Amino acid sequence: MDLRFRDVEPTPEERAAIDAVLGPPPSAWEGGARTEADLRFASGGHAARERRDQLLPALHAVNDRIGWISEGALDHICRRLTVPPAEAYGVATFYSLFSVKPRPKRVLHVCTDLACQARGADAVRRSVEEQYGPPGVSWTPSPCLGLCERAPAALALEAGETPKAAVYGDLPHDEPVDLTERDEPAAEAAVPQAGDPSLVLLRRIGRADPASLDDYRANGGYAALRRAFDLGPAGVIREVLESGLVGRGGAAFPTGRKWEATARQPDHPHYLVCNADESEPGTFKDRVIMEGDPYALVEAMTVAAYAVGCPKGFIYLRGEYPRALRRLELAIATARSRGFLGDDILGHGFSFDIEIRRGAGAYICGEETAIFNSIEGHRGEPRTKPPFPVEKGLFGKPTVVNNVETLVNVLPILTMGAPAYAAVGTPSSTGTKLFCLSGSVHRPGIYELPFGATLRDLLELAGGATGGGLRAVLLGGAAGAFVRADELDVPLTFEGTRAAGATLGSGVVLVLDDTVDMARILLRIAEFFRDESCGQCVPCRVGTVRQEEALHRISRRPPGADSADDLTLLRDVGRAMRDASICGLGQTAWNAVESAIDRLGVFSPSEAK
Amino acid sequence: MTVPLQPPRRLLEITVDGEAVRVPEGSTILDACTATGTGVPTLCYGDTLTPKNACRVCVVEVEGSRTLVPACSRKAEAGMVVGTSTERAEHSRKVVLELLASSVDLSTTPRAAEWIEEYGARPERFGPDAATVEQPVKVDNDLYVRDYNKCILCYKCVDACGDQWQNSFAIAVAGRGFDATISTEHDAPLTDSACVYCGNCVEVCPTGALSFKSEFDMRTAGTWNEAEQTRTTTICSYCGVGCNLTLHVQENRIVKVTSPHDNPVTHGNLCIKGRFGFQHVQNVASDG
Ligand SMILES: Cc1cc2nc3c(=O)[nH]c(=O)nc-3n(C[C@H](O)[C@H](O)[C@H](O)COP(=O)(O)O)c2cc1C
Ligand code: SF4
Ligand code: SF4
Ligand code: SF4
Ligand code: FES
Ligand code: FES
Repeated sequence: MDLRFRDVEPTPEERAAIDAVLGPPPSAWEGGARTEADLRFASGGHAARERRDQLLPALHAVNDRIGWISEGALDHICRRLTVPPAEAYGVATFYSLFSVKPRPKRVLHVCTDLACQARGADAVRRSVEEQYGPPGVSWTPSPCLGLCERAPAALALEAGETPKAAVYGDLPHDEPVDLTERDEPAAEAAVPQAGDPSLVLLRRIGRADPASLDDYRANGGYAALRRAFDLGPAGVIREVLESGLVGRGGAAFPTGRKWEATARQPDHPHYLVCNADESEPGTFKDRVIMEGDPYALVEAMTVAAYAVGCPKGFIYLRGEYPRALRRLELAIATARSRGFLGDDILGHGFSFDIEIRRGAGAYICGEETAIFNSIEGHRGEPRTKPPFPVEKGLFGKPTVVNNVETLVNVLPILTMGAPAYAAVGTPSSTGTKLFCLSGSVHRPGIYELPFGATLRDLLELAGGATGGGLRAVLLGGAAGAFVRADELDVPLTFEGTRAAGATLGSGVVLVLDDTVDMARILLRIAEFFRDESCGQCVPCRVGTVRQEEALHRISRRPPGADSADDLTLLRDVGRAMRDASICGLGQTAWNAVESAIDRLGVFSPSEAK
Repeated sequence: MTVPLQPPRRLLEITVDGEAVRVPEGSTILDACTATGTGVPTLCYGDTLTPKNACRVCVVEVEGSRTLVPACSRKAEAGMVVGTSTERAEHSRKVVLELLASSVDLSTTPRAAEWIEEYGARPERFGPDAATVEQPVKVDNDLYVRDYNKCILCYKCVDACGDQWQNSFAIAVAGRGFDATISTEHDAPLTDSACVYCGNCVEVCPTGALSFKSEFDMRTAGTWNEAEQTRTTTICSYCGVGCNLTLHVQENRIVKVTSPHDNPVTHGNLCIKGRFGFQHVQNVASDG
């Protein structure tokens, strides 16, 4: 590879930000000052290229410091890592949190997604527009920020030597938004059940100081890891298999089988990736765990790594979670300094460490193979399966990918024992589940219930729907399905929702009362998939655009007008997206719209919205 | 020259549209279809490249699979039952053609019109306001033209320019979703990029989005006439490698140069000299 640069120098500030992440450049070949030796010996090459996975952290460094990524900054990163500039440009332009054009240091991200939409995001958007002018410069509309219990919400990101982030929740509707800094409510404010002794996964939230390892241990922390060391790796996998645990990230795959298959792979090292990209609109459970009980994730990852034989684990954390990032960084550093991470953990001869990698605004990077590409410094496009991650995952090595909630379930499995754990819930959906209640509901937040509770039970716990009456509930998020107000007896289990033609997905329960404009909600869903498609395959790249266009046409017609052609078109395109797309994004992009048409009767001639 | 013999490959049997066929292990479903003479349309598949399976026009139904699978990349497995023309497969192919034809100019994509007719695709059903990839043609050098109005984002040019062949990495995919395009860094002109004008991207482009400047100019002038052209395969005279050139000649002038993909050494790739260095042959004074 023979790199060609366009001779644009980075500013000293850009250079400092990049070199702070990558270390000082060893020679002029990698962007340092020229010495006589550089004229005689080439360096960089393979060694620099091996660090390609530092591309995303380096882009973050510039974006965090300057607010955007200039040609000079990009070139310097490319020199440092021997990455072709065209590829690095392709990566930088993939993520919505990065800009390759100048912009102000401070940008306000205003959520216009589903839960906020149901609570007046349109009005907030109007007042922000009045205050700050058209979107794109100092503010931008944003997909779900994972703050849905505080909807409508916004997030301000400010670049600088110490980058700042501020979140704003429960924004007032028709008055100017007040952006003075204020304290963010504690993580437990999102857990209406906090303190309830029957909680399993959420039991420490609000009780133990999330910053304190001692508090964590005083509340049962690290009992599971000790039990894991007693059982040995094979014993841990056996427990997880017998517990019946299935993944909570959306695909509901049996966790024990994934671990077993990866542990068996002869190729090494094995990697562990914790999927903390949480970007499904309406999902915020992983954020609450990471903010409220970060050591639990650290311990759970250590157990998983011990079972599967991983020396290294990554947490792929969505870029819009500043507080989770701070808390996890502290938890990891503290655990490391106290011998719970690093070499020879607790004297058991097992070594493991965790690195956090931040996403940069791309829902698709939550797809398990897109995560690998993103971490490795490529565009976050899903890979073709097979090969599956258990064979060839991160850096081409056997890899376990698990969701945050899935991982923390391993702690009660080990402390209670698999039989006791499996006794909770139903035979096919064992344990407890976190539900993300949002939208038109009196007490939104994260709820933990044993599998088997019905949607009605859950809504009652949350104080029922606001407004005049319940219109519909979106289960599973934008990739999920709507159920009607007369279907509240559906049991919230994997099998129960499947039998009802819906899905639990990531645990989204988005409540919509009769004041919510369903056509707007569907348009937002379509817009979300159009925005978030990676663009790799035709059914999704173009299909999501055509779906949005058709919905626009339908919703512009007077209620009751004939939209038969557009409905046929939606079905035809939807079916091809489901059947022929590469990954789950395209395959599910029509689910919610289809269920709104078929189950709710939205757009049927008799239905005047 | 001796060619090392490959160890014999095990044969496995699969069923394509009810017909049993035996193919060597490692073959794709597309190979099996070719063996039975079953036509499956392909666009992003390239005979000299690793399948990217991005266009999805080749999808077929495989028994037991939740979704359709791309024939061009999915490996045949013993006992697989493949349906190439089931209602489900044909539906997706038709819609993929509609989605492409409604957003991209397929006028120079060989066989596109034929397939659109065959599958009954109606790209116009998305209405006159359907979004397209329309943009100005990029003419920034004398050798080849990039007309991304015709680009289906098949990634072939990127793979040919990158680690699969040329290792120049002058172009990559930038942006995301419908806004994604093939681009140099910061969308700089090709002359400011790492491009070495090997034209290997032009060789693999399935749509004519990348074309010789000579072809582009003749098409613009309305003088391009493929039916009149002859093709002569010869050996490049510039250096000792001995690449094969296929000279496309119209009215006794070379109008473009391709290279046979089945050449065991070069697989259709050339350098700037073989690809574009033909002008001297025809620098004959016009008065003879
Ligand atoms: C478009 C898309 C986005 C996804 N986003 C997430 C996510 O944000 N978090 C997550 O845990 N899983 C996400 N998944 C599911 C993952 O691909 C994968 O199944 C999951 O992380 C596996 O972990 P589990 O078995 O513990 O659920 C997503 C899948 C798709 C197709
Ligand atoms: S389905 Fe969509 S997101 Fe997934 S690979 Fe295809 S274009 Fe990308
Ligand atoms: S001509 Fe060669 S170097 Fe230039 S973009 Fe095409 S493949 Fe790359
Ligand atoms: S320019 Fe041609 S080869 Fe490149 S992606 Fe577009 S259609 Fe494919
Ligand atoms: S924060 Fe607005 S929808 Fe989740
Ligand atoms: S030819 Fe198979 S996906 Fe494009």
